[in-house]
Amino acid sequence: MQSFFEKHAPTLLTVALLLVWEGTCRIFTIDPFVLPMPSAIWDALIEYRGPIWDHAQQTFWTTMVGFAVAVVVGIVLGSLLGSSQLIYRACYPLLVGFNSIPKAAFVPILVVWFGIGSLPAIITAFLISFFPIVVNVATGLATLEPELEDVLRALGATRFEILRKVGLPRSMPFFFASLKVAITLAFVGTVVSEISASNAGIGYLMMSASSSLKTALMFAGVIVISIMAMVMYELFAWIEKRMTGWAHRGQQSNA
Amino acid sequence: MPAFIDFNQVWLKYNPTLDFAIEDVSVSIAEHEFIAIVGPSGCGKSTFMKLGTGLKPPTKGTVTVDGKAVSGPLKITGMAFQAPNLLPWRTTLDNVLLPLEIVEPYKSSFREKRAEYEARAMMLINTVGLGGWERKFPWELSGGMQQRASICRALVHEPKLLMLDEPFGALDAFTREELWCVLRDLHAANPFTVVLVTHDLREATFLADTVYVMSKRPGRILAKKHIDLPRPRDIEVTYSEPFSRIVHELREHIGMIRKS
Repeated sequence: MQSFFEKHAPTLLTVALLLVWEGTCRIFTIDPFVLPMPSAIWDALIEYRGPIWDHAQQTFWTTMVGFAVAVVVGIVLGSLLGSSQLIYRACYPLLVGFNSIPKAAFVPILVVWFGIGSLPAIITAFLISFFPIVVNVATGLATLEPELEDVLRALGATRFEILRKVGLPRSMPFFFASLKVAITLAFVGTVVSEISASNAGIGYLMMSASSSLKTALMFAGVIVISIMAMVMYELFAWIEKRMTGWAHRGQQSNA
Repeated sequence: MPAFIDFNQVWLKYNPTLDFAIEDVSVSIAEHEFIAIVGPSGCGKSTFMKLGTGLKPPTKGTVTVDGKAVSGPLKITGMAFQAPNLLPWRTTLDNVLLPLEIVEPYKSSFREKRAEYEARAMMLINTVGLGGWERKFPWELSGGMQQRASICRALVHEPKLLMLDEPFGALDAFTREELWCVLRDLHAANPFTVVLVTHDLREATFLADTVYVMSKRPGRILAKKHIDLPRPRDIEVTYSEPFSRIVHELREHIGMIRKS
């Protein structure tokens, strides 16, 4: 019996929460315009499944493109930063400063540059998600054991060889860990941009639902985004496990 | 016999604002000689290794290896440290093969001759008693086994010079003595020049032909002791009277360091 609860604890908690939500709305007759019941949100999901599907695809692909660019830029920039003290020192304050800017603040600027549409959303998704990748790849490279580097350098290995044989494989656990963070951030970036600068995507759908006072549809949008982000997070968590199992097993048994 | 490695009045500062790490070191090592450098922590023993492998240029003086002044990494060196530093994503065998993927002439023929190189690596792996573990990952090996693999990696490209920086420092006493014998046998079977940095005087006396005692920072050579115990040396020799006398004598030099 206990194992049943343990096994299904996450599901049970979610169901319980939904029931409390539904019950609270019904007992206190909360205005559905303020907080719709889960059942109403479900109805909205079903009723608008066509448009939701279209907009979700738009958001998904926009995010993936932005994320893909972030991965490429993240690896390249992270490798540069991690393999040269000079570049690291020169770039780090700039990067930190850049990262502390709220990325939503870029959207109006991007609209001026690129107009309304997918491009500002892709760029926002990229801007918001590349930083953790850069930092993690750089950290993975910079924490290379000096003795190991000596072993290779004494053999006449070039910088690039050390990077390829040791540095990059070694920073893979850091890299994959950062992907999980970055993919969820990328969704944030896309939606933020879609809300103010697009006529497609879940963000846009929510904005138009807001202006026509369809609160249930807005909640449906939130749920669709979180499901997409969760699925992608789990996907990258799975890839991380597959690719860098050595890093986790290595800590387990160190005889 | 001309010197294989020659340190001629070598001084080294890591940084212009710092003191010298080693001062006026002159050491001459013959080919296939096994030398040990002993001294207290931070005496510049590791600096000696960086100079000998060409990882650091001397501030003053010259380092000559194999008749040529050292001006960069030598590629004829194998190195092993106190930490085995194996790559956790590679199997033991792949770890041992790593130098062959980097050093010429192996590097360019690595793909086509992989089987041949694997056989060579396996021979070493068997010699050090790691046979049967070559497909295991480092974390599946004990500390002593990891260190054996690390020594294989240092030797697989048949270096003319083996540099060991306290390679057995983290091992228990029994494993350590076992690995002394492994190293002794490797050196006897296929001679190469060895520089062993250690603070274990018994280790130095058991393995080396010549022991150098270094002072604390700035490192200077305080004494040079030729170990004339006959080879092959058995671990039993470490309990013999002449052996103890040598260790004692070396210990007295270290004692003097502490007082000064």
